[in-house]
Amino acid sequence: MFKDIEHLVRLALVMAIGVVAFVLVRAAVIPRSFGQYGHYRGAALAEISSRPIAFAGHQVCESCHTEVVEQKKLGKHIVVPCEACHGALAGHAEDPASVTPPKLDTAVVCARCHEANSAKPRTFPQVVTVDHSGGIACDTCHQPHRPAIETSAKSVAEGKK
Amino acid sequence: MEITRRHLMLLLPSAAVAWKYVLAGTPESAPNYETTEHWWGMLIDIPKCIGCGSCVRACAQENDVPDGYFRTWVERYHVADWAIERPQVESPDGGKEGFPPNQDSSGKNFFVPKLCNHCADSPCTQVCPVGATFRSPDGVILVDKTYCLGCRYCIQACPYGCRFLNPTSNTAEKCTLCYHRITKGLTTACCEVCPTGARQLADLKNPKDPIHEFLRTHSVQVLKPHMATGAKVFYNGMDGSVR
Repeated sequence: MFKDIEHLVRLALVMAIGVVAFVLVRAAVIPRSFGQYGHYRGAALAEISSRPIAFAGHQVCESCHTEVVEQKKLGKHIVVPCEACHGALAGHAEDPASVTPPKLDTAVVCARCHEANSAKPRTFPQVVTVDHSGGIACDTCHQPHRPAIETSAKSVAEGKK
Repeated sequence: MEITRRHLMLLLPSAAVAWKYVLAGTPESAPNYETTEHWWGMLIDIPKCIGCGSCVRACAQENDVPDGYFRTWVERYHVADWAIERPQVESPDGGKEGFPPNQDSSGKNFFVPKLCNHCADSPCTQVCPVGATFRSPDGVILVDKTYCLGCRYCIQACPYGCRFLNPTSNTAEKCTLCYHRITKGLTTACCEVCPTGARQLADLKNPKDPIHEFLRTHSVQVLKPHMATGAKVFYNGMDGSVR
């Protein structure tokens, strides 16, 4: 009955090799963490979260620059985080000695928020810079950390950095 | 030994496999961060937004977003009082450098910051054929760029237009909710620099997060609720004309 089964054995062998090859290739190709949390590579989470940061966060700034915080507390800009104006400074926070934050041009920086625009909330302080100052640097009159202009000589002396 | 064509054909695939393992390495994972203890979202307070574009600039800097592409952007809406169905929306360079003065200051004018809604039932992850985009256990929609084929299905599927194909890597890219920051206990770059607090990161699983009190006491909406995406970016004070 099983006299001429050699061709079947060969076929079975070929199929077995195929299955083994499939399993081996699959094991080699699919990363170990695939399926750890779902239908994706679990290690991707750690890879994405290992990216370096660019913005240090205002808490880090405030831990050293306490005198600026004291100034800001006296005015409306206490709600404005440091890096909103000063830019990304994680490098400076990491190594304050060698990374120096760039000086800001207040004529540009202040206008980003305070240039008048009818889409801004009505209560937000806005000016048309051309009429208000003619384009001179805002810190000629305002101290950015404590922007309200105070008239008494004492507060002006305090307000200047 | 002279390398023949035959040798090269044998050598190349094995070298490719070996190189893959060299590249993989062991990434530094965030210590003390438990993915199951968080469920991230964001709160956007439209009446507070001044359209300064700080969030757009910060996002681009924090995440190396190529010029002309945006993971977050700001739109300016102009709605004549009766034309709520036909708002005029503009977003010059994503609002990155702010907005020019409004020509027409009649009607209603306001800013709407947009970003990935990190949907609980996201349409974009469902269409990915290779498992390259996914919702993390803490509710953030991410892209595994080593797995992405660049087929663009997800870009078509996102109802909010929040994805794009990175022109250099040719892989899908989107807001990660600054996953590299929030897993270290920081807030996102856009929320960090927002001068008016119009954007706030929210951890919906943290009972102490002020989001819960806010959601209880305000009329809050999500974008395109009829699409049942389970969007987790909540908009306060949003006008009916916002799409």
